[in-house]
Amino acid sequence: MTRLAATGLQLAYERRVVAEDLGVEIPDGSFTVIVGPNACGKSTLLKALARTLRPRSGSVLLDGKDIREVPAKTVARTLGLLPQSSIAPDGITVADLVARGRYPHQGLLRQWSANDEEVVQQSMLATGVADLATAFVDELSGGQRQRVWIAMALAQQTPLLLLDEPTTYLDIAHQLDVLDLCARLHSDAEHTLVAVLHDLNQAARYATHLIAMRDGRIVAEGKPAEIVTAALIEEVFGLPCRVVECPETGAPLVIPAARRAVLSGHPLVALDHGSGSNLAP
Amino acid sequence: MKSRPPNRSAVLLGSAALLVVAAVLSLAVGARPMALSEVWSGLVDPHSAAYPVVREMRLPRTLLGLEVGTALGLAGGVMQALTRNPLADPGLLGINAGASAAVVTGITVLGIGSLSGYVWFAFLGAAAVSVLVWAVGGGRTATPGRLALAGAAINAVLYAYVSAVQLLDTASLDAMRFWTVGSLAASGASATVFIAPFIAVGLIAVAVLARPLNALALGDDSARALGARPALVRAGSIVAITLLCGAATAACGPIVFVGLLVPHLVRPLTGPDMRWLLAVSALVAPFVLLSADVLGRVLARPAEVQVGIVTAVAGGAFFIWAVRRTRAVAV
Amino acid sequence: MTVIRTGTVSVRLRPRSVLAGVVVLAVAVGCALLLLSTGDYPLSPDAALKAVLGSGTPADAYIVQELRAPRVVTALLAGAALALAGAIFQALTRNPLGSPDVLGFTQGSAAGALLAIVVAGGGSLTLAAGALVGGIVTGAGIYLLAVRHGTHGNHLVLVGIGVAAVLTGVNGYLFTRAEITDASRAMLWLTGSLDGRGWEDALPLLGVLAVVGPIVLFGLSRPLSALALGDDQALALGVRVTPVRVSLLGAAVLLCSAAAAAAGPVAFVALTAPQVARRITGDPGPNLLSSLLVGAALMTSADLAAQRLVPGRDLPVGVLTGILGGAYLVWLLAARRRFAGGGRS
Repeated sequence: MTRLAATGLQLAYERRVVAEDLGVEIPDGSFTVIVGPNACGKSTLLKALARTLRPRSGSVLLDGKDIREVPAKTVARTLGLLPQSSIAPDGITVADLVARGRYPHQGLLRQWSANDEEVVQQSMLATGVADLATAFVDELSGGQRQRVWIAMALAQQTPLLLLDEPTTYLDIAHQLDVLDLCARLHSDAEHTLVAVLHDLNQAARYATHLIAMRDGRIVAEGKPAEIVTAALIEEVFGLPCRVVECPETGAPLVIPAARRAVLSGHPLVALDHGSGSNLAP
Repeated sequence: MKSRPPNRSAVLLGSAALLVVAAVLSLAVGARPMALSEVWSGLVDPHSAAYPVVREMRLPRTLLGLEVGTALGLAGGVMQALTRNPLADPGLLGINAGASAAVVTGITVLGIGSLSGYVWFAFLGAAAVSVLVWAVGGGRTATPGRLALAGAAINAVLYAYVSAVQLLDTASLDAMRFWTVGSLAASGASATVFIAPFIAVGLIAVAVLARPLNALALGDDSARALGARPALVRAGSIVAITLLCGAATAACGPIVFVGLLVPHLVRPLTGPDMRWLLAVSALVAPFVLLSADVLGRVLARPAEVQVGIVTAVAGGAFFIWAVRRTRAVAV
Repeated sequence: MTVIRTGTVSVRLRPRSVLAGVVVLAVAVGCALLLLSTGDYPLSPDAALKAVLGSGTPADAYIVQELRAPRVVTALLAGAALALAGAIFQALTRNPLGSPDVLGFTQGSAAGALLAIVVAGGGSLTLAAGALVGGIVTGAGIYLLAVRHGTHGNHLVLVGIGVAAVLTGVNGYLFTRAEITDASRAMLWLTGSLDGRGWEDALPLLGVLAVVGPIVLFGLSRPLSALALGDDQALALGVRVTPVRVSLLGAAVLLCSAAAAAAGPVAFVALTAPQVARRITGDPGPNLLSSLLVGAALMTSADLAAQRLVPGRDLPVGVLTGILGGAYLVWLLAARRRFAGGGRS
């Protein structure tokens, strides 16, 4: 049994059931990436692991215990989360925001130990936002802001970290910055990372363990080099493609098949010049 | 998938029929209920016993309800289109409260006692708050929730102000505490006649605006591409809203939620086309208002519950229901 | 940032927040002393202080201890309670307008009090009880109506607006049913007034504040500042979101209902005080303690102005806070960028 696992999950929003009898084990020390088409349940699974979504049935196990029965602060010292949307209070500085990550380590009489200060500083250095410490979060660019939130998650000092689409809204260079940062956390700091990503090729490039989902089920999991095949991608995404070796990293690279042939012969819009139009001059 | 909207002409006829029923009830029901024959003779025969009640009290009141209901329903429909905001309502956004605060000022500070005097204050107040709530709620970037919130805040301010004024002047408190809850009974037959031209002008303005508002529903850029002029349509709409709400409020006091409720009820029947939506709203809104008024007369007989109170309670419940139905609202 | 550490204990203080707190406290105390020593029967500050401590002349002691002190204490406490409630609501709804005035709690207290006046024809005790019960019932109702979507801030605000509208209608009805003498008494109460407040008004409020205040300030303030980052983030940090939120809502409802029971629903203190506190401390956090102090200062200074502004005529304190708060509110709304709130893109 790994540190973070789930068995027999039934996941649902109000009336819509997203997944039935879903089980997963996150390999310790891995950089696990969950991929799949829209609405396949990948973010839902991550939310269940992070306990922001309560499963209808089944349980998420942290160190072998049902996560619901572990005190909230104890969980928060083991398992961190970078949610898809967080709110920066108006007028908060970077250092103040990152410092809030120390919450599970603090108490009424232990508000700001020397260790807290050290960890916050280290987290800002690791994410490259130390220079911005006194800047206001609302004035940062999207890429900077995302690094600040990651710094806050780091300051929480959890061996396990969940990231829900950490690259959304970032341009390609900043996406790679964030993923490089995650990869470094994984290799240097020996964190176990679980991320939901949209981009298959980024997932194949950075993950050490890939989970492919469709319709609330896990279709395949394992090392990207072993499981990413044209057949799997076709099965999961319904996308005809070729898989080649990435010339930069050797990771599998998914190249969608050309589609022009499929579309030819169907005009995009049927133009009817006969009917009268209000737009006519 | 939604089912096809029912035949819109049938909807129009059906609402007209409902309105007639409500109007007849409004003539017949009251402290002294009457049979239909009695109502009829009360309408046409000056020597009948029912004449003073029907012709001189209930008829003007019913006509006032027709005018005010139409005005509020249209103002609500236009406002929802203009702000692309299903929560917009002249009462909820503070426009009626603006008119009433201005009227209260006119009555207490300047000693104006007649409707013809303070109706101008009502227009002024309605116009000022229309512009204010629009600007404060975020202008074109306003989200439904934020606009509602701006309106609620302005309502709270104006409410505090009206309370303070009333407190300092016990005599006007006694006169105004009925008016400020919204009532069809408080003003006499003269009000019905007096506000008619204002509402007629508002009605014509809305009729002209219906088509451009359809274009505006697609966003400013698309509207411009279709040949509409967004700024002009907006200005025209605000003038129409001001006329309709100001006149309605001057005659009846602030009445909330009719403007919110009616377009909501009507939209599933007519679809989003503003021409049909507004036409049907203009019939359904007075039906709702008159029904609320009749209900208020029945509930506490022989006394009355003011129509503004009935609509506030019923409409507020509807508003909460509408909010609970939506999953996420941006504020 | 100043940190005090001894052994395992470490406390963090912002110098600017501390300084602001001291200044505001001084303003509140100064206004309180002025209220105690001035009026139809002026006393020197020295004599007033002696009278408070019980060493002055019997006449002075009576005027200060029995007539003026209860009013001043009620002002301080009601201001503090309303401001604390407002700071909690604003942090929970993540919205500077999330105050009891806008959310319908005030209207609930008013409905309770009006019922007490109109139906029970009661004296000041029934009225206070009505206000307290009305506020609490409204709070529970709004919570139950909004809870289906989780206790998400936006739904709470919008449901509150709906409830406020319904209650305004109900209050209007109760108002039309009242005799004119009752109506003007009700109106005075609705505006919020400190006139003729005795120890029987001040002491229950003191009790509520003494119990709820420390729980909120020491127990719930840190989870509240984590909640400001969004529910998911707060949960990730180890906050038990729902229990914390429910306790905070309960505390806030209790505070503003108790304040309304003592002084009437004084307008806008709950809305304004947290905003003022945030601007003078420069602290993005929930600013609970500084809001509380600002509220006390705001209420005493408004009462001072209300008593002295128009010579020979006491205005109710609510008229002043209403006008001041109203002007402030419009300014706040117009400063759109602030109002829009921060969010991660």
